Amino acid sequence: MKHETLEKNATLLLIFSLLVVTIGGLVQIVPLFFLQNTIEKVEGMRPYSPLEMAGRNVYIREGCYVCHSQMIRPFRDEVERYGHYSLAAESQYDHPFQWGSKRTGPDLARVGGKYSDEWHRQHLANPRNVVPESIMPGYAYLSGKVIEPKGFGANLKAMNLTVNNGNGAMYSQEAIDNAEADLVAQATGENAEGLMQRYPKAVARNFDGDGQVTEMDAVIAYLQVLGTLVDFSTFKADMSR
Amino acid sequence: MATHIEKDDVSGTATTGHTWDGIKELNTPLPKWWLYTFYACVIWAIGYTILYPAWPLPGGATQGVLGWSSRGQLEQQMAAVAASQKETVDKIAAMSLPDIMKDPKLLAYAQAGGAAAFKVNCVQCHGAGAAGGKGYPNLNDDDWLWGGTPDAIYTTLKHGIRYTDDPETRDSQMPSFGVDGILTPEQIDQVANYVMTLSGETADAGKAEAGKQIFAENCAACHADDGKGNRDFGAPNLTDKLWLYGGTIDDVKAQLNKPSMGVMPGWTKRLDDAEIKELAIYVHSLGGGEAPATQ
Repeated sequence: MKHETLEKNATLLLIFSLLVVTIGGLVQIVPLFFLQNTIEKVEGMRPYSPLEMAGRNVYIREGCYVCHSQMIRPFRDEVERYGHYSLAAESQYDHPFQWGSKRTGPDLARVGGKYSDEWHRQHLANPRNVVPESIMPGYAYLSGKVIEPKGFGANLKAMNLTVNNGNGAMYSQEAIDNAEADLVAQATGENAEGLMQRYPKAVARNFDGDGQVTEMDAVIAYLQVLGTLVDFSTFKADMSR
Repeated sequence: MATHIEKDDVSGTATTGHTWDGIKELNTPLPKWWLYTFYACVIWAIGYTILYPAWPLPGGATQGVLGWSSRGQLEQQMAAVAASQKETVDKIAAMSLPDIMKDPKLLAYAQAGGAAAFKVNCVQCHGAGAAGGKGYPNLNDDDWLWGGTPDAIYTTLKHGIRYTDDPETRDSQMPSFGVDGILTPEQIDQVANYVMTLSGETADAGKAEAGKQIFAENCAACHADDGKGNRDFGAPNLTDKLWLYGGTIDDVKAQLNKPSMGVMPGWTKRLDDAEIKELAIYVHSLGGGEAPATQ
């Protein structure tokens, strides 16, 4: 076939262009579906508890990811500052992931447990309270936004729709049924036995010091769990990843 | 499409022989240097994909014959740094804090290492210059809540303050005298006036006199009879003019009503023992460090 035929026939040109793009796409994308070693096995990862998930929702709503990444790269400067490099497994319950490629603020992948709840409360209310040179906006209004536990199980159900990891659903029916109770238990620290069983290593206490379950509680609960779940004492790095 | 190649009359450049609607395409080839650079890059890229991880295949990407990986590179770099510092770090890990501070070389190393760790882990609360802020102690002065000797600072760093993840954490609770109804608002007013007089501030003399008795009964157990505090409980000295939560009478009353109590994490999960020692020596050197206890 002469090239001229292709160039002078719009439909034919379109079909062949599509064919070329498809081949390129297949070569790049299809092998990824068969990569079994992307997510390495680690101990300790679990889905977010209801309160943590509520905090994560606020985190996404407020666009925290615009300035904060959650991915520590395997470079010496990052590892010395932020801790062990991030593993794919640590993002396995993040839909969407919060890796990010730009840091105006610091990376938050392992911020959990680094600061006290009270520090987070003051810092979120007005970052200049604790870091005079900070340019982060204040989020004081989160303290006034009460989270209604009723019907929170629907959030967990929705997350189940995002999972395609071959392990079935992210949340069991039991977790969904107990979502409202778990949400309150984690924000008050009371009756937290069921919560701790369903979400090991969860931090349950009154995060912002007031009586209601607010978005401030939720965000702090979320920040305090980031990067704390994987048990690195049992983790053996595979150099080929 | 004509294939007759001719020279363009105007520019003198050969045409490609392609003609569209009477318009002829000039053939201006790429400069030779550019073309050969391009070919060289292609060859280099082929070599690169053989040497380094490259092609994604079912079951994993090709590993590359050099066996390079970003994780392996990191591990090598970290190992090289650790090896270069090993001798000094081992000494710091093995020696007591006073002994480290007697050795000028180790002291200089510890202060530099501590300063680096401070910038990463401590400035968010204690400030870039360690001057603290409301609720976060100033580490430059000689007013210490839990003690200012190198070993006391080391213990605070290691176990934290009111840090629930460490059973050995430094812990104390100031009662909520107002919220829990231990004292009436009037009594709080009186004892607050008394506390103001301890540091020589102006206060209502009558109320202060009444507050003296209340202080002896409720506060002296931790803050001592003379108000000079007790480091076993992290109870602040109330007779100086340094205030963690503000020094106005309203601040003191707020603190009596529902006290703020600082939390500091223990650092064993993030820092190793030598790093904590370095930090302790650095903080001790900021200005207010107290001489090690002599035994």
